Amino acid sequence: MITLVDYGVGNLAAVVNMLRHIGVPCRRTGDPAVIDQAERVILPGVGHFDHCYRQLVAQGLRDVLDDLATVRKVPLLGICVGSQLLGHGSEEGESPGLGWLDLDVVRLPANQGRRIPRMGWGEVISTRPNPLIDDPRPRPPRFYFAHSYFMRPRDETLTVGLTSYGVDYAASVQRDNILGVQFHPEKSHHYGMDVLRRFAEWTP
Amino acid sequence: MRDSRVIPVLLMDEGQLSKTTRFSSPRYVGDPVNTVRIFSEKGADELVVLDVGAGPAGREPDFATLATLAAEAFMPLAYGGGIRSLEHAEAVLDLGVEKVILGAAAVEQLDVLHRIAARSGVQSVVACIDYTERSLGRGQRVVTGRGKIHHDVDPVTQALRCVEAGAGEILLQSVQRDGTQGGYDLDTIRRVGSAVPVPVIACGGAGSLADLQAGIGAGASAVAAGSMFTFYGRHRAVLITYPSEDTLETLLP
Repeated sequence: MITLVDYGVGNLAAVVNMLRHIGVPCRRTGDPAVIDQAERVILPGVGHFDHCYRQLVAQGLRDVLDDLATVRKVPLLGICVGSQLLGHGSEEGESPGLGWLDLDVVRLPANQGRRIPRMGWGEVISTRPNPLIDDPRPRPPRFYFAHSYFMRPRDETLTVGLTSYGVDYAASVQRDNILGVQFHPEKSHHYGMDVLRRFAEWTP
Repeated sequence: MRDSRVIPVLLMDEGQLSKTTRFSSPRYVGDPVNTVRIFSEKGADELVVLDVGAGPAGREPDFATLATLAAEAFMPLAYGGGIRSLEHAEAVLDLGVEKVILGAAAVEQLDVLHRIAARSGVQSVVACIDYTERSLGRGQRVVTGRGKIHHDVDPVTQALRCVEAGAGEILLQSVQRDGTQGGYDLDTIRRVGSAVPVPVIACGGAGSLADLQAGIGAGASAVAAGSMFTFYGRHRAVLITYPSEDTLETLLP
């Protein structure tokens, strides 16, 4: 059973739709007492970084998530801004992040005439074996990205997948039980279904 | 590695899909849920669904139908039609739709667009700019209400206003080319594309893969099409098609 953290932001319905489609049981909840029982967590997030962080805190979820992620070490997957929240903070705003991963979030540069926000599909190259993407394949998997800020690990060993958009940057990160993806698996056809299926079956 | 996107556009009215020519003469195309499922199975990059009846009739978005469409779309789904408030937009996004498309509201209620972007992020907000040619070569103007309401503003100025207010993307649609399959209005794509820093989706006129290529070549980040993916052959039989990934990878940057 995957617990989807519902804190008033993010495309939860899209994640639920895909999990249902691949037959993975899930529940969406914003109740700290229910989240406390979680054995596997997805933390979504869309929109402004500060808004997401403040909502999380306002709903009283900070402590229970800290406990799940860093003490009980349940498998946890952050998606998009939910992934950016795993780090120290974002150039987009002023609020801190959850601080579980040693990374910062910075603005995507408009290199080589790239338009910002990045909206579109990109290949993700695995930089080491990881729970989400099974390599090698004939072609790297493709995922949908929609963002203006990206994760920049201070500790480069956090990066498990790279993408390129005028600059190479982390598409996916991992430390122990904590995973984050900048892209949207829930909107990435069978590539995304593979990612969610693998997350659902993963034992750190 | 392909950065550009190819986007089918579905026009919905009272729960059914149709396809227009120059924004009129709608022809019945099929059931929206089934059509979304087919495009999803064909691996379409993204989908645009426009409820073209909602705005002019003063209707709210059809949330129930949208929820069923979102459940079949395993790619990004953008929806426009009847969104006039932050509450509308939030309700639509909450169904599993990635982006809201604002047309009339982007002309008449730019503050609404701004509030949606501030809340849900610029990547969730698409400004739809429909435009027509003025007579006697006096340039172009933005239209709303399925082309019936004319505004004294040109597409480039409107695009700049929308981006300033928080639009993360521009859906640029030529009314005169809608349904004609005679190619995009490349000049306007070029002008709007070079004026704004956000992605531009070209729409109106695509009839062939070469047209898609030309649209991207003119500076669009994404190319949208209705008829091209809906009708097949000389007699325009209804057949849902979408180019294979191998084809697109070869043709498009």
